[in-house]
Amino acid sequence: MSDTADTIAETRGNRVSARARRASRREGHGAAPYLQAAPMALVFLVFFLLPLAATIVVSFWQYTQYSIEPAFTAQNYGEVFGGCLARLPDLCTTFETYLSTLKFGVIVWACTLTLGFTVAYFLAFHVRSLKVQVIFFLLCTIPFWTSIVIRMISWIPLLGRNGLVNQALISMGVTDTPLEWLLYSDFAVVLALTHLYTLFMVVPIFNSLMRIDRSLIEAARDAGASDLQTLTAVIIPLARPGILIGSIFVLTVVLGDFLTIGIMGGQQIASVGKIIQTQMQFLQFPLAAANAVILLVAVLAGVWALLKLVDIRKEL
Amino acid sequence: MTRPTGRSGPTRRAVLKGGAAMAGAAAFPAPFVHAQDPVTLRYLSTAVNQSPAIAEKASEELGINIEYIAVNTDEVARRVITQPNSFDLVDTEYFALPNLVPSGNMKGMDAKRIDRIGDLASVIASGTVEGEAVGWDGTAPHEVLYLGDQTATSFAGEPTDWITLIPTTYNADTLGIRPDLIDKDITSWASLLDPDFAGKSAILNIPSIGIMDAAMALEARGDISYGDKGNMTREEIDFTIEKLIEAKRDGQFRAFWSNFQESVNLMASGEVVIQSMWSPAVTAVRTQGIPCIYQPLDEGYRAWASGFGLPRTIDGRKEDAAYEFINWFLSGWAGAHLSKQGYYPAVLETAKEYMEPYEWAYWYEGEAAEEDIYAPDGRLLEEAGAVRDGGSYAERMGSVACWNAVMDENEYMVRKWNEFIAA
Repeated sequence: MSDTADTIAETRGNRVSARARRASRREGHGAAPYLQAAPMALVFLVFFLLPLAATIVVSFWQYTQYSIEPAFTAQNYGEVFGGCLARLPDLCTTFETYLSTLKFGVIVWACTLTLGFTVAYFLAFHVRSLKVQVIFFLLCTIPFWTSIVIRMISWIPLLGRNGLVNQALISMGVTDTPLEWLLYSDFAVVLALTHLYTLFMVVPIFNSLMRIDRSLIEAARDAGASDLQTLTAVIIPLARPGILIGSIFVLTVVLGDFLTIGIMGGQQIASVGKIIQTQMQFLQFPLAAANAVILLVAVLAGVWALLKLVDIRKEL
Repeated sequence: MTRPTGRSGPTRRAVLKGGAAMAGAAAFPAPFVHAQDPVTLRYLSTAVNQSPAIAEKASEELGINIEYIAVNTDEVARRVITQPNSFDLVDTEYFALPNLVPSGNMKGMDAKRIDRIGDLASVIASGTVEGEAVGWDGTAPHEVLYLGDQTATSFAGEPTDWITLIPTTYNADTLGIRPDLIDKDITSWASLLDPDFAGKSAILNIPSIGIMDAAMALEARGDISYGDKGNMTREEIDFTIEKLIEAKRDGQFRAFWSNFQESVNLMASGEVVIQSMWSPAVTAVRTQGIPCIYQPLDEGYRAWASGFGLPRTIDGRKEDAAYEFINWFLSGWAGAHLSKQGYYPAVLETAKEYMEPYEWAYWYEGEAAEEDIYAPDGRLLEEAGAVRDGGSYAERMGSVACWNAVMDENEYMVRKWNEFIAA
């Protein structure tokens, strides 16, 4: 039964692609590109566009403690920004939360960029053999072999009040009371996020660096450029697409994060994701949807601004 | 068909009931359905309520398969409201009922089909212990126990034949402390906000419960006197959150926790020395060999209760099996099993029959353990001579001040709570 089905699917597939090939040969371009893009488009439609549309629709609905009802009201959005004008110059919860999340975004972006670029630079220019490059690259991915939660939680015994770092510092006489700010603090959040997401910078930057024509670097040197000049005038501009892609990864992930900020911040630090989660817990789906839409708009605005800096299509 | 083939469950249960019953069971055929094709009940609740031993015992004695669906507290409510056909039996907290019942997805349980309906613990059935009323602040179970009819979407003011939830477990919560890291006596909820414990205290980041713990502390400190802690007015919520933000800015809290394991880790690692806690979490810290006390306090306990409910969609054999399972649950074995983990069961008398006298004395009468106290899974909980924190059942449940609740101003409260977290 399934064999027959397979065969049919196969022949149909063959026929379609044969026809497509013929068509494309005839006209140069025809249905083939669309067919090739179709599976991905379908996945996007079902798993991205439809849920997104549902979220947007629900964000205009009304709700009670036990039901949500179709409606068209901007009340949820009003509630998200409730008191924002009245409380000026103090920031309302929403702005304060976004500001805090944005702060983490920028700090973590700077940290991962510095680290990621350095690692990628080393891999691309200082490691000569491809084999060693591959091995080092795999080493970079080792942290990804365990789950994100485990990677985060393993910081806790290290940084805690009675953790390894504090014990070491006390026994070395650096401090006599344990440092409290190591855990459940902004520092802990930045550390964990940097740890989690640096690889997202390394990979695209490494990719960009590997595409740089080595003769350009030689030319720069021949023209009398110092190492620093070569870096800033040749390598970094050419690595821009990689840096940009990495930045988009890191910023979008950090802006939507609530698990890391929750665990490493001792749940005392707000994040947009956490607010959405709390609202979902209390079945305030329309309110959560409104928040999600606003977060999406904020992230898209950030990505749009980044894309303005570099014409990514041209550079790739 | 004169004798049961296949599962011999009914006969085995009879053994426990005594020889006379056994003779009867041998002559009496088991219900046809059991011998033929066991019913499976999908049991929706949080993981804490799902004991594999209970499922095993039920399958052995009743021939009913229990298939646990483990989700978190909020997801239980969400499932009931959005997918009532995805389970056959739900074990949920009473305080969720004001959200669940109006959805029309719960089916009132017929009291006439519950054998021991008259024996339910009075604290659940009428909010009293030994004839004395306990605190009813919040969603007290007896206020939401009855429905006007089977499909009613609001509660009946007085006892009826239609029950929302049949209790499974309930308990009284208080503060957990690390006696080895605290060098003064803790007698009041106010200690949660004591500057001596700055940077070493914690509360729950579950708004509806966290705010009540905060309210207990603020009232104890004399800052405010609430009309009903479990159903605050907007002004009371504003005041409470303002005080919480103050405490947070002063660095009072080390962290907030939102699940069982987090609270255990905070306490066991010494990050926190005083926090609101759940009873099994205290036990979990203690079994790691770390001293931890579930400290009774002057102002009393914040109580919670959980119970079995039926979804609107259940009928036929599944419904019969659900009633059979619930009746079995109240008949003693399960009650004793839960009691030995520190919970209280719906029917005390039957649980007592399945416990050793020294166990009963330790868990229920506040007496020193005559022998070592073991958990049902065989772990040593307490050595002989230990006394249960808070004492007897009557002392603990009798001192309940308020119940877990969902407020009328819930939405406003959640918004203010988010403000507190963001502050």
